Amino acid sequence: MIGKRKAVSLISGGLDSMLATKIILDQGIHVEGLNFFTGFCVEGHTHTLRKRPPDKPKRNNALWVAEQLGIKLHIIDIVEEYKNIVINPKHGYGAFLNPCLDCKIFMVRKAKEWMLSHHFDFIITGEVVGQRPKSSRKQVMPIVAKESGADDTLLRPLSAKNLPATLPEREGWIDRQKLCDFSGRNRKPQIKLAETLKFSNFAQPAGGCCFLTNETYSNKLQDLWHARNKREYELDDILLLKVGRHLRPNKNFKLIIGREEGENNYLEGYCQQFTHLRILNYTGPLTLLDGVFNAEEAHLAARIVARYCHGRASERVEVQIQSPNEDPRILHVTPFSPDEIPSEWLI
Amino acid sequence: MNENSNSIILDVRRLLCPLPVIRLQNKIQTSPGGTLITVIATDRGVLEDIPTWCRIEGHHIHSIQEINREIHIEVLVKS
Repeated sequence: MIGKRKAVSLISGGLDSMLATKIILDQGIHVEGLNFFTGFCVEGHTHTLRKRPPDKPKRNNALWVAEQLGIKLHIIDIVEEYKNIVINPKHGYGAFLNPCLDCKIFMVRKAKEWMLSHHFDFIITGEVVGQRPKSSRKQVMPIVAKESGADDTLLRPLSAKNLPATLPEREGWIDRQKLCDFSGRNRKPQIKLAETLKFSNFAQPAGGCCFLTNETYSNKLQDLWHARNKREYELDDILLLKVGRHLRPNKNFKLIIGREEGENNYLEGYCQQFTHLRILNYTGPLTLLDGVFNAEEAHLAARIVARYCHGRASERVEVQIQSPNEDPRILHVTPFSPDEIPSEWLI
Repeated sequence: MNENSNSIILDVRRLLCPLPVIRLQNKIQTSPGGTLITVIATDRGVLEDIPTWCRIEGHHIHSIQEINREIHIEVLVKS
């Protein structure tokens, strides 16, 4: 006798994957969720660093979705493997450094591996045909299925009726008639379905779930590669790109200046690794210096940092500079005025 | 990480969510039921995320304390 069929669902924390999973759960399928941590996820990393509007819950939405649905969620660290997707995307980038199509193929491939190793039967995603300009066009849906190796084990419940029948539909494990025919960028059908299913308080899309779709973030990553003359990164690099104000006065070094208490607290954790600057006689940000610099450049950095402290209008600000394993030094500087900081320094 | 028979300290200071959850998840996979894991974190996101993950998985939150800007969460691994 064949037991209950099992599906693995890619859970982003957004509404679409939540709906897709619920539709399949309601057909009596056992579903478990997968959530991949790439290091670029908007989810999680920023929600404790910066002040958020009080109406926005501080939670990991993928975990929240899993709990709402009553399913297990496996969060998998793919930071190392993912580097090649970001650095060498076969299908190229979107508007910025977002390798969306390669990313989707990669994640479905990882889901396929998980499915096989855990003896599950098929994969579900919350993809909707035509929802995104590049990676969700109808023409690329078969590319994702083929290049990931998932082939007809990949089911998109929200758009299934717009696509050829997949294995779970053909085998009768699920009823195709109970799947959806959503397409395009209009999200009203999803919102309506969410209301029908009595989902509320779900995460609203706000510029995507990946920092690589963010122009400013992509510019910072490009700048990092340019400054180092190589397209590589470590996890700390890409996490620090999410934090603070980044200014590069010279190719050899840049400043990472905390913008608020949460960011300053986070940057504290890097003071053992980086030369850092603190304002002594006024309230001000914690700043990391990334790269190599001489005494003159350290003085320049101190004047920049002083511009962002509460003593920015004063004649003299005391800035402490300390490198790892060295004693701190005090610099007395006059803060830059805003128009003395060239806009091209701001990354 | 320090280990002592049935109690373990999992140091995830400086890591931001979801990494503390991932580290806890991976640690529990190799820990027998009844193990008490003390997670030490600095990301306040753990206050929400670790209890949620434990509710999903059936592990018990034994205690949550904030000590000198660090968060200590004791998780009792389900048997």
